[in-house]
Amino acid sequence: MNPASFHKDALREFVDNLKTVPRRVYETAFRGGPPTTDRTRSTFVFGNVFLHLHAVRTHRWSLRWTTTVGLGIMSVSAFLITLVTGVMLMFYYKPFPEAAYGSIKDIHFVVPTGRLIRNIHRWAANIMVVAVILHMARAFYTAAYRRPREYNWLIGLGLLVVTLGLSFTGYLLPWDQLAYWAITIGANIAQSPREITDALGITQYFDPGGLQRLLLLGSDTVGAEALIRFYLLHVMILPLALAALMGVHFWRIRKDGGMVRPADADERLNRVRNEETYPVFTEAPAKTYHLAAIVRGKTSVVGRGPENTVPSMPHLFYAELGVMMLTLLVCVALALVSDAPLKELANPSVPENPAKAPWYFLGLQEMVSFSAFMGGIGIPSIVLLGLGLIPYLDRETEGTGEWFGGPGGWRLVRFSMVIGFCTPILIESFAIRFGWLREWFPKIPQLIITCVNPATILTTVYALFSIWCIRRYQSARAGALGLFTCFLCGFLVLTVIGTYFRGPNWVFYLSPSDWPKH
Amino acid sequence: MTLQPKPPRSRLDPEPMPRRDWLGLSGLWSMGGALLFGMFGMLKLPKAAVLASPSKKFKVTLPETLAAGEAFVPSGRSVAVFRDAEGVHAISTICTHLGCVVKPGAEGFECPCHGSRFHHDGSVSRGPAPRALPWLKVSVSGGILTVDEGTTVPSGTKVA
Repeated sequence: MNPASFHKDALREFVDNLKTVPRRVYETAFRGGPPTTDRTRSTFVFGNVFLHLHAVRTHRWSLRWTTTVGLGIMSVSAFLITLVTGVMLMFYYKPFPEAAYGSIKDIHFVVPTGRLIRNIHRWAANIMVVAVILHMARAFYTAAYRRPREYNWLIGLGLLVVTLGLSFTGYLLPWDQLAYWAITIGANIAQSPREITDALGITQYFDPGGLQRLLLLGSDTVGAEALIRFYLLHVMILPLALAALMGVHFWRIRKDGGMVRPADADERLNRVRNEETYPVFTEAPAKTYHLAAIVRGKTSVVGRGPENTVPSMPHLFYAELGVMMLTLLVCVALALVSDAPLKELANPSVPENPAKAPWYFLGLQEMVSFSAFMGGIGIPSIVLLGLGLIPYLDRETEGTGEWFGGPGGWRLVRFSMVIGFCTPILIESFAIRFGWLREWFPKIPQLIITCVNPATILTTVYALFSIWCIRRYQSARAGALGLFTCFLCGFLVLTVIGTYFRGPNWVFYLSPSDWPKH
Repeated sequence: MTLQPKPPRSRLDPEPMPRRDWLGLSGLWSMGGALLFGMFGMLKLPKAAVLASPSKKFKVTLPETLAAGEAFVPSGRSVAVFRDAEGVHAISTICTHLGCVVKPGAEGFECPCHGSRFHHDGSVSRGPAPRALPWLKVSVSGGILTVDEGTTVPSGTKVA
């Protein structure tokens, strides 16, 4: 071969290749062709690592607004917003007691857009907590936890705990009065098993409470060690845990057969509108295959196209995008009108009065004001355990995918709401008006107060009501409906009391305007 | 010739484990053991051998004008020091409930966080506090008190 001509040809080829690079990059990115037809869109979703968390096609029932209310996507959106804004805040935040408060002040008053970013971070975190709780309620009331989704319900509980953990650890970082005393209280709640070990006189041999507090604070006072630990939890350990659990959660949704829907969902959809399920593939498949051994759910009928499904792209993606944009809009709007609080610099010798935790912990704080161990650790553990057991105790199939489990369910929920609201209000009124055991019998052993206090009585009443529901309706689902509704109502009542009706020294006031002035 | 079936193995004479299974299992178990061992090492890390906390002992001089039953709170410390005819004593002002700092007043101590109240001797009068406020060790030398926040003494111990 003539070296000169070879050289010339190779060079021309090189230049030609160079010219076609942009087109080739595009082609290699979208291997199935540009996502412009249903078929290529399906290939696109299927071949994209992020999009393939979704199935290629989505059942029309899943797209109904009332199926999910978009709460799961709202939680994810809020998380993504906190992630982005949180990383931006890390540019300036310094996790040392001497510098932390000043750096937050800098972010708030000096850094360009710093105040807005911090406000968005704070509002997105709040919205995430609300969305996660409502999402859990949605999954519960549509019985989405039932077989085969039991395990995903447990993962969801894990996500709830990590979400609350993220909020709580973020609360300390500004190092202001609010933060300092909330963390002091939180760390001492971690220590509160001592209430039991002290009463039994075994603290010097067995002290899980002291160990928990020590591990959390890294010292025996809230100081530099505690701040760096909370910072590490907030920006590294808990977000990683949350992301990992989220991955499992989404994966399981697909593996468990997508969104829960009633057994007769297809008929009900067809009754309403049939024309929307247009044939998608131009050549309708003669057969559909279902990985019946791997994916849970009923096998499609062979010989017909997939029923009542629409391509995920664009139908599902537009819906999700809509929820995401709405979440972002709400966060930004709230951030523009309401600033994240920043109190005075932390002062270890003068507590904030009243020292209040973030709002979603004020229900706990209300219970803690009767017994630290029961309110802070005992009852939350019982609640989590009870929530975790629900899918394993309710093995019924009737009403799956229906809000409140079909006819009669809403009536039961309404009745449970009456019980759920009245019981804590009555018990709290009694305790506020007449005091509790310690005021009547000053010498009473602590163990009795730990076991018998408004919080434990409330829990017992709820449990008894739930058992009554099981007997009355001969259904474990009825018991679960009663208990869960009561739990939500109790959470709401205690949170409202803690937020609006507790003033200095945790005294009950009808209105903040009655608080003593000084 | 007919094939004789092997005599069934009994519970006491089980099928021997194939070598491949044995190797696989021992590999798994050694990995599990190593991870567990490493985990113990890692779990020790967050608990420091020496805690980064300020000194528990401090010196304090009481003002001459301090009346009997009136509390003196050294700045930056969560301790109330009292002096009366019997001597001096110090009571911790960290609430035994959830660690807020209680305020000494005319009727004893009161906690701003969850409403616990304590008598003058530190015992609980109302609220959620599970234990009395601890009395702290005080030693006197030449009019200067040394209070040790790390050492508690029985309630009623006064130092002349």
